[in-house]
Amino acid sequence: MSALIEVRDLYKVYGSGDNLTPALEAIDLDVARGEFLAIMGPSGSGKSTLMNILGCLDVPTMGTYHLDGEDVAEMGDDQLAEVRAAKIGFVFQSFNLLPRASVMRNVQLPFLYSRTPVSERDERAEAALRAVNLDEDRWDHMSNELSGGQMQRVAIARALVNDPPLILADEPTGNLDSRTGHKILMTFRDLQRQGRTIVLITHDAEVAEIADRAVHIRDGRLVDQATADAHDAASGEDEE
Amino acid sequence: MRATDLVKETTLTLTSNKARSALTILGIVVGIASVILLVAIGQGAQNSITSSVASSGSNLLFLSASRGGGDRGFGGGPPGAGGGGGAAVSNIKALTNADADAIAKLPGVSAVSPELTSQYKVTAGAYNTTVQVNGTTPGYKTARSVDTSLGSFITDQDVRGATKVAVLGPTTRDNLFGTGSDPTGLQVRIKGIPFKVIGVTKSKGGSGFQNSDETVFIPVTTAQQVLTGSNSVSSIDISVETAALSTPVQTAVTNLMLQRHKITDPTLADFQIQSQQDLLNTVSTITGTFTGLLAAIAGISLVVGGIGIMNMMLTTVTERTREIGLRKALGARRGDISIQFLAESVLLTVAGGVIGIVIGWGGAELIASTGILAASVSWSAAALAVGVCTAIGVVFGFYPARRAAGLNPIEALRYQ
Repeated sequence: MSALIEVRDLYKVYGSGDNLTPALEAIDLDVARGEFLAIMGPSGSGKSTLMNILGCLDVPTMGTYHLDGEDVAEMGDDQLAEVRAAKIGFVFQSFNLLPRASVMRNVQLPFLYSRTPVSERDERAEAALRAVNLDEDRWDHMSNELSGGQMQRVAIARALVNDPPLILADEPTGNLDSRTGHKILMTFRDLQRQGRTIVLITHDAEVAEIADRAVHIRDGRLVDQATADAHDAASGEDEE
Repeated sequence: MRATDLVKETTLTLTSNKARSALTILGIVVGIASVILLVAIGQGAQNSITSSVASSGSNLLFLSASRGGGDRGFGGGPPGAGGGGGAAVSNIKALTNADADAIAKLPGVSAVSPELTSQYKVTAGAYNTTVQVNGTTPGYKTARSVDTSLGSFITDQDVRGATKVAVLGPTTRDNLFGTGSDPTGLQVRIKGIPFKVIGVTKSKGGSGFQNSDETVFIPVTTAQQVLTGSNSVSSIDISVETAALSTPVQTAVTNLMLQRHKITDPTLADFQIQSQQDLLNTVSTITGTFTGLLAAIAGISLVVGGIGIMNMMLTTVTERTREIGLRKALGARRGDISIQFLAESVLLTVAGGVIGIVIGWGGAELIASTGILAASVSWSAAALAVGVCTAIGVVFGFYPARRAAGLNPIEALRYQ
């Protein structure tokens, strides 16, 4: 079976005419099914752009991107939306839960766009909430009544409900204290052990220890650990 | 997005901020309520005016002397005598009994009733009332479809003999003799001259300036001899056999009158002829314009309400930018986002419209029940209001919905 993610010679360039700014250059990346990959880099390194392309929110300027065997590099807006609904579960740094809406409603939100039959919805949402270890007495609470850690669990449950092949998390611990952040990372690891593929974008060094593998991105290029360290030393930046 | 999901999402979103939703639809509520109420009042006025015109008889033509021609009078000559030699007399300006008799002979005319009306003080014992005294003929019964509830109406004999008999309208009877009493055989005095009451007409419930209930009918000849002292009449009512004959009879009467008054140029005619249909049309046009004006004024508030909706929807789109980004990340397509916001705006306006209809309808019923003004709400007006609300929702929701749908998910998710 092929890798879940296959990126070949991918470029993303912003601007037009003489004013071109490359954000990503010559990216090659494979992520196997069931793998837990961390993409690490400082802000401005191009990791957000990479995450947007991996998440099918944006398309590359050049190169190919196969997700679950499908070439998504040339797709239009509505096709990309369908791919997102079917194949990707997003987890954001700022949770992005609907305020004034219950935990249950938040978790069931993806069903609106995946057209999941109503009869399956409650069961699948409950299974997802159990998978992230959210106490059952919280399920009917409004999302804004929860703590940060609980909110992120709800968000992870929301990413799980459609059973997507890929869970894409963008700085999921960025808005949490380190203890809660650690618990959330453990949740991701548990999910991976249950067979899920996780790509986590972060600048948190702890993640590298939990993930199967970490790749580093600097100035729009994927580099190995040593090059990354050398780069950071040269530019005087000290990330973590 | 499934239709049931759409409805559920929309209601959940709107009810999660009840105060704001309620305030947003207030403009629409007020707009629709005022449209419904004002149109109901206009419609009520139109109905009551047209029914009062219609109650004065059907297939009627009204012949009256034009301004400047009618007052010169004829003077001299016994009343009724003009019938034979009327054509020989030159410069006849006023309408006379002879004119009426000649018109009665035209084909298609079923009844003719000359009228000589004026306000007089009528007394009976200690009571008096100032009413319209209408000198007329038995033809009036047919022409204006009046009937007597007590006694009888004026007869041809009364007209020929110029007898001093009177038929009272029910209101006049109530004022002079007491409500529901039978005054036949009793006496009333008009301008001090005694008249014997021979009948009371049935109530027709007309209102305003032409209330036949507040009238006293006497023979036209009596009115001419005793009250005015001239043989002219103020108007002639011509009853046409069928509505279809109305126009040909109108032409025939015009030609006859031109001939009798020796006028060659029809534009110089010293009389005017009007059909009841003309009158109804005129009245309908006037009240229709009036209703339209009221609706237009109320319509302005609807537009203001619509702008309120658009304003709130635009605010909502800005406020919910991140939510829109999230929904897009979860797989919402452009159409899903746009239909959701459009549904919210339509649901707001339709809810406002329904509440507005209830309030407007209630207000109209309240006004009608007080009896100050007539008001009638029609289902068609209510249905139209709902249609207008939906249209407002679509029109004023379209731009915000498009804006929401067009947001870039990456920027929307990053929006603070």
